[in-house]
Amino acid sequence: MKLYCLSGHPTLPCNVLKFKSTTIMLDCGLDVTSTLNFLPLPLVQSPRLSNLPGWSLKDGNAFLDKELKECSGHVFVDSVPEFCLPETELIDLSTVDVILISNYHCMMALPYITEHTGFTGTVYATEPTVQIGRLLMEELVNFIERVPKAQSASLWKNKGIQRLLPSPLKDAVGVSTWRGCYTMQEVNSALSKIQLVGYSQKIELFGAVQVTPLSSGYALGSSNWIIQSHYEKVSYVSGSSLLTTHPQPMDQASLKNSDVLILTGLTQIPTANPDGMVGEFCSNLALTVRNGGNVLVPCYPSGVIYDLLECLYQYIDSAGLSSVPFYFISPVANSSLEFSQIFAEWLCHNKQSKVYLPEPPFPHAELIQTNKLKHYPSIHGDFSNDFRQPCVVFTGHPSLRFGDVVHFMELWGKSSLNTVIFTEPDFSYLEALAPYQPLAMKCIYCPIDTRLNFIQVSKLLKEAQPLHVVCPEQYTQPPPTQSHRMDLMIDCQPPAMSYRRAEVLALPFKRRYEKIEIMPELADSLVPMEIKPGISLATVSAVLHTKDNKHVLQPPPRPAQPPGKKRKRVSEDIPDCKVLKPLLSGSIPVEQFVQTLEKHGFSDIKVEDTAKGHIVLLQEAETLIQIEEDSTHIICDNDEMLRVRLRDLVLKFLQKF
Amino acid sequence: MLDCGMHMGFNDDRRFPDFSYITQNGRLTDFLDCVIISHFHLDHCGALPYFSEMVGYDGPIYMTHPTQAICPILLEDYRKIAVDKKGEANFFTSQMIKDCMKKVVAVHLHQTVQVDDELEIKAYYAGHVLGAAMFQIKVGSESVVYTGDYNMTPDRHLGAAWIDRCRPNLLITESTYATTIRDSKRCRERDFLKKVHETVERGGKVLIPVFALGRAQELCILLETFWERMNLKVPIYFSTGLTEKANHYYKLFITWTNQKIRKTFVQRNMFEFKHIKAFDRAFADNPGPMVVFATPGMLHAGQSLQIFRKWAGNEKNMVIMPGYCVQGTVGHKILSGQRKLEMEGRQVLEVKMQVEYMSFSAHADAKGIMQLVGQAEPENVLLVHGEAKKMEFLRQKIEQEFRVSCYMPANGETVTLPTSPNIPVGISLGLLKREMAQGLLPETKKPRLLHGTLIMKDSNLRLVSSEQALKELGLAEHQLRFTCRVHLQDTRKEQETALRVYSHLKSTLKDHCVQHLPDGSVTVESILIQAAAHSEDPGTKVLLVSWTYQDEELGSFLTALLKKGLPQAPS
Repeated sequence: MKLYCLSGHPTLPCNVLKFKSTTIMLDCGLDVTSTLNFLPLPLVQSPRLSNLPGWSLKDGNAFLDKELKECSGHVFVDSVPEFCLPETELIDLSTVDVILISNYHCMMALPYITEHTGFTGTVYATEPTVQIGRLLMEELVNFIERVPKAQSASLWKNKGIQRLLPSPLKDAVGVSTWRGCYTMQEVNSALSKIQLVGYSQKIELFGAVQVTPLSSGYALGSSNWIIQSHYEKVSYVSGSSLLTTHPQPMDQASLKNSDVLILTGLTQIPTANPDGMVGEFCSNLALTVRNGGNVLVPCYPSGVIYDLLECLYQYIDSAGLSSVPFYFISPVANSSLEFSQIFAEWLCHNKQSKVYLPEPPFPHAELIQTNKLKHYPSIHGDFSNDFRQPCVVFTGHPSLRFGDVVHFMELWGKSSLNTVIFTEPDFSYLEALAPYQPLAMKCIYCPIDTRLNFIQVSKLLKEAQPLHVVCPEQYTQPPPTQSHRMDLMIDCQPPAMSYRRAEVLALPFKRRYEKIEIMPELADSLVPMEIKPGISLATVSAVLHTKDNKHVLQPPPRPAQPPGKKRKRVSEDIPDCKVLKPLLSGSIPVEQFVQTLEKHGFSDIKVEDTAKGHIVLLQEAETLIQIEEDSTHIICDNDEMLRVRLRDLVLKFLQKF
Repeated sequence: MLDCGMHMGFNDDRRFPDFSYITQNGRLTDFLDCVIISHFHLDHCGALPYFSEMVGYDGPIYMTHPTQAICPILLEDYRKIAVDKKGEANFFTSQMIKDCMKKVVAVHLHQTVQVDDELEIKAYYAGHVLGAAMFQIKVGSESVVYTGDYNMTPDRHLGAAWIDRCRPNLLITESTYATTIRDSKRCRERDFLKKVHETVERGGKVLIPVFALGRAQELCILLETFWERMNLKVPIYFSTGLTEKANHYYKLFITWTNQKIRKTFVQRNMFEFKHIKAFDRAFADNPGPMVVFATPGMLHAGQSLQIFRKWAGNEKNMVIMPGYCVQGTVGHKILSGQRKLEMEGRQVLEVKMQVEYMSFSAHADAKGIMQLVGQAEPENVLLVHGEAKKMEFLRQKIEQEFRVSCYMPANGETVTLPTSPNIPVGISLGLLKREMAQGLLPETKKPRLLHGTLIMKDSNLRLVSSEQALKELGLAEHQLRFTCRVHLQDTRKEQETALRVYSHLKSTLKDHCVQHLPDGSVTVESILIQAAAHSEDPGTKVLLVSWTYQDEELGSFLTALLKKGLPQAPS
């Protein structure tokens, strides 16, 4: 069993597991942090961005000044943003049989894999994962495509040139494989390869392996996966949460007794408590609005935003914010809000019981009805008519490199009355803000990451008791910025095996058994023999029949009737040496054996003692039988009848295996 | 226990199933592992509170989420009609419905629910009504599929039932429309609209008795679009407070509807009706045409029956029965042609209004049932729900077409099906791989045999190689060896005899490994042959052929072969 690690990002994983005869890709995460190296894509021409100075080498050589721009000491690529794809060279991706998706954040690289690698398999994901994943992709494509950029910079990627660039551009890995965004057509084609699955559904792969999604508690439809055969079990834990937010709680019990547990997608901010962060979010928001400022919340169109809206629903009246407009701007805002209401079966118990009343499970339905929350596909159109300040705007993309958020950063950045509150944990907020510096607006960092922290992990591992844990290398050491915090790493016995991008791990896993079925006719013919108390044995001779990786033992065919008078050629009589007789065990008590011989008409029997046993002599037949503790040797003339008789008498005392 | 329904045609004890069939004196909980409810129609779940709270059952009750949501509402509705309106005593209470629903475990489609260590169940989409499911029940490799009610053709709001080729030992299918092969859905819809339209055109009133959830929504969508297209102004009403609620359920459980509605729900929700308004009791006496959807669907009680009594005397009016009616209900009576009905208090109601029957109820017709049998590929089929004569016809058809046994037991009858499942065993990978390495294709003439030892310890069965079995049990192997003396007439030296034996065997046994060793002996595979001089007769040589019991066949063959003598050596 091998694990091919195609992504270096611990929360956006992409691994390939080879297990028995199957090749299974676990998640298909797209590392979008690469876009932080690019200049933002403004919706409306921005004089500030277009007037940034070009970057030149120390010696004044300015041949890169068209591609690279400088802003407050940082260098950015002035080009269509590009993403860091999973490794495509480590393993032939056309051999991947299936892709298992754990949540909608971890499927963003799907079109690259399914459309451009010769992939012909099936993708498995839950319905909410697919629907919301589609929304995220649609939004991404829309953000990139609606701002066509003439220039696509490539000179800086040249290995010789990249060396000369300042950090972090200099250290960016595999820039030559970075790719621009996919098209909607590719998205649709990729999504058409998905087969929907439900929690605890058992899916057979080629009869060899069974995969099952389990609720992971992190997002709508998010799942962990069990990959198992009859005797081996691998758990893939990716993006799980034990906090009670909106999704169905995590199914921990089913992870028990795994041979290998692959652990990815832990919290990216292990030191922040999500509940505290939500409180801080609300109070900062209220403070800014009360002072007449605007609040900008860069966010994804689904996920934490549902929880934030729910908190605000309870908070705004008590905080005196009921007159402040809340805007949610995204090409998929409406769909996201609508979809969130129809996945009752994937929600936590509280929300489920609301649907039984029947009421919408999320209170944002009421916020919309009472006009407190308004949603728009973009800043163009209706929004510009309705726009009132001060207000609160939820919009994407959280990287601040594309989407409507760029416009609001440019619009509100110059005033210290305004606040941008970062809630999404995927991007370093300082790096996200770099191309907007110098900035007057307030920046609040309240990352809300509900995924497992290290205390929860260690409890989980204690309960699940996996034989081996496999995780990204980032989890086996404290974070580089907090190297003294030994509690911020995975601690388990035996130590976790770690992987990094482009590595292949051989998993310590010895398969010993396989399931086989015995047909009832064959079972009827078996003769069990109790060897020890409670343990019985039966020798089995059967025909093995294997189809679709399922093995069945059938009764051996009846010996064919010897063909009448037809003369046979010698060669047809030659027995097949591969047909072996069973092994024998036991020993032969000499006295009883001699008695048996006598009973069967042998006379003139003489027994001699030897060092290791006895010799039984049948003088008349010139035959000699050496009997020792664990061997018997019959030496006789070529008298087949006699030999066979003696053989059968000896066998009576022995057990066959 | 599969479903727990009630009979709408009875008002006495016969209304509920006779649970003493399950056990005469024990507790039901001890006899049933679980209860599965296929959908929310009362003929499938109406007896549930009586069964769990009044007879007594505390085990799990499985149903889908929409069923769990809607079932208690219909039960409460039914209870109200029975107790409040008809004044029946000894009926389940509202609290009992609540307590009963606490025992419900909701299941997702395709989720494998482990009821206990052995028993697992899995739900499949059944169409029919919102949340309707078929259930696969499985222990080891043996399984039963129970369909509940299902529909094999998608309609205006639900998709078609689907099941994979799960090859159950038994398929229990409903056969409500055992012989009806219904004409195309479109024709029926056109017919329906035409009849409604004609009636309202000539100023008549149309009564459509329905159940609040299910067919009602489909017909509403149908009329709504027709009214829109024809720009009609005649009012359409929907009775009871359930309407709005019902439509809400459809909106929130939209993932259970058909693909078209699911795809477009963000832009336009099909369950928000413009032309259909809530009905008020007083409207029934309004003059002029109108269309009213009223519950319940079989005209056995409630509002639909009240309106029916008001309108029945006028030949301009029409009642359209869009679904199946159980014997004993008013619906069944008028459909079977009865025009004088005896109502409560000896009153006789003369029915002058037109009575139309339209099979809109979403049951599979004979074609659909055959289709499902084809999809699931069961070993046996069992028909339930329907009329004996029609079922008999379908039974024969299934037996002919699929060559499987088909049963249709009457109430109280037991069917016993023998099965012979394969026995799962763990085989050591070493043994299996050794076998597989020798070629996967079975040789037709001489199939190769796999030899191993089955170790049985408690319920754990393992098949291992004989060597491993000996080793595991700490037993020593006992070697049984044979040495046969074969006398040969040969005056030459022993070495030369050995050489002759070698070349003879080499040419005869082409597929075996025959070797001539430096010490003069000959081996065939692991069988050793040595030539020695005869102690008395110099013209005879003795061949000592020695083999172990494992090579028995080959050893025996060799001695027989050598006994025949050696071919004359070429001089």
